[in-house]
Amino acid sequence: MSLILAIESSCDEMSISILKDKREILCNVVASQIDTHRLFGGVVPEIASRMHVECVSTVLKTALKEANVDMNDIDAIAVTKGPGLVGSLHVGMQAAKTLALAYHKPFIGVHHIAGHIYANDLVEDIQYPCLCLVVSGGHSELVYMKHEFSFEVIGQTLDDAIGEAYDKVGRVLHLPYPGGPVIDKMAKDGKCVYELPLPLNDDSYNFSFSGLKSAVINFCHNASQRGETIVPEDLACSFQSVALEVLVSKTIKAAKDYGVKQIIVAGGVSANAGLRNKLTKESSIPALFPPMKYCTDNAAMIASAARVMFEHQKFSSLDLSVKPSYDLEEESIEV
Amino acid sequence: MITFQSEQEMIDFGEQLAKHMFAGFVMTLEGELGAGKTTFTKGIGKGLGIKKVINSPTFTIVKVYKGNKTLYHFDAYRLEGQNEELGFEEMFEDDGVCVIEWARYIEDILPKERLEVHIIKNEDQTRSFQFEAKGKDYEYVLKEMKL
Repeated sequence: MSLILAIESSCDEMSISILKDKREILCNVVASQIDTHRLFGGVVPEIASRMHVECVSTVLKTALKEANVDMNDIDAIAVTKGPGLVGSLHVGMQAAKTLALAYHKPFIGVHHIAGHIYANDLVEDIQYPCLCLVVSGGHSELVYMKHEFSFEVIGQTLDDAIGEAYDKVGRVLHLPYPGGPVIDKMAKDGKCVYELPLPLNDDSYNFSFSGLKSAVINFCHNASQRGETIVPEDLACSFQSVALEVLVSKTIKAAKDYGVKQIIVAGGVSANAGLRNKLTKESSIPALFPPMKYCTDNAAMIASAARVMFEHQKFSSLDLSVKPSYDLEEESIEV
Repeated sequence: MITFQSEQEMIDFGEQLAKHMFAGFVMTLEGELGAGKTTFTKGIGKGLGIKKVINSPTFTIVKVYKGNKTLYHFDAYRLEGQNEELGFEEMFEDDGVCVIEWARYIEDILPKERLEVHIIKNEDQTRSFQFEAKGKDYEYVLKEMKL
């Protein structure tokens, strides 16, 4: 039995969730700033943290009310400690520390990516050993998990993250922010007629999307110099097709090499329909995706990871500080 | 002005330059999307003895790497139009090395003394680098590097 309150504020969402036991989510309140940031064509860190300050207590009140829970019944307070935007992380961290101190609750600092990975545990039990493909605005990693809460990064992007490449291509195509979901949708209506290079198609488990991004920029530049018009849907389709080709083929290769029972996908880009279809279709090893509503940043996933840490009594001290980068491998729990 | 034919040449040059970087060295990097700012920084990291993969800091704005000197790798791409309370000053004043991509967006808070690097993406896909030293220490480094 456990009742965990988790706060997530690493980027443009302020979210608080209360999780009972393994997957009974009593509430998952998310205050998103995407509409505000759309005006600027991206997340503006200082605005993000200011808006978090304004809404943290409202989100907390709403969460407790929705869950119909009293603060005294909570077993532990969890919070995202990083990676993320420092200013934004601070707001959640201060709120969580204050609650832990005032109500004498154990305090758990959670790695943001461990949270994304454990969003999958909200659906069904993760089968170990497993391979996790972490794909988001800031990450593209292959993480081998030998057992529960053990993380070994076996491959990663050498330059841009996949979500970043999507957003930057979105900018080039003058799409609204965030560009990723728009490209995914457009790709369905387009044909893969433009030739783009397969990014880093080698034997390693690493990725590289910077070259693909440059290829798209060059392609648009050359077309406009020749006075040709580009069909944006076709370019979206061509871009997505090569990007997903390497993601999926390297994931399947790594899964086979490591002999895992399951592939799990985590991070914002796990919502990508093209990725879901391709991986499900091509992989003989079962692939698990988090439910759509837990793909983007949310506190339920942080609570889910914290629940495992709570069981292993992996608590943090109150002098824990936020960091823009934390090493995922160092979060592993030995068994 | 110096022109590089390949990514590897840029990385090798970054590695050489890093050997001349003193504690508190600040370098700004300008150049359009895909110019090679992060690629060049990989070379700097190599020269500083950093073993971890250096990849794009766009998402988290700053990434920190431990080497012979600490490397603070910034990307101000998403900071356009605002520059308060970012807490960067303490990193600029630290005894590590700061590499700042898209520095123009945080012009107001940049240290006065620094090395400015402009990367130009040529039509034939080669890259040209322009250097401007601000301050005596940086002029000395350019002289040492024969730039």
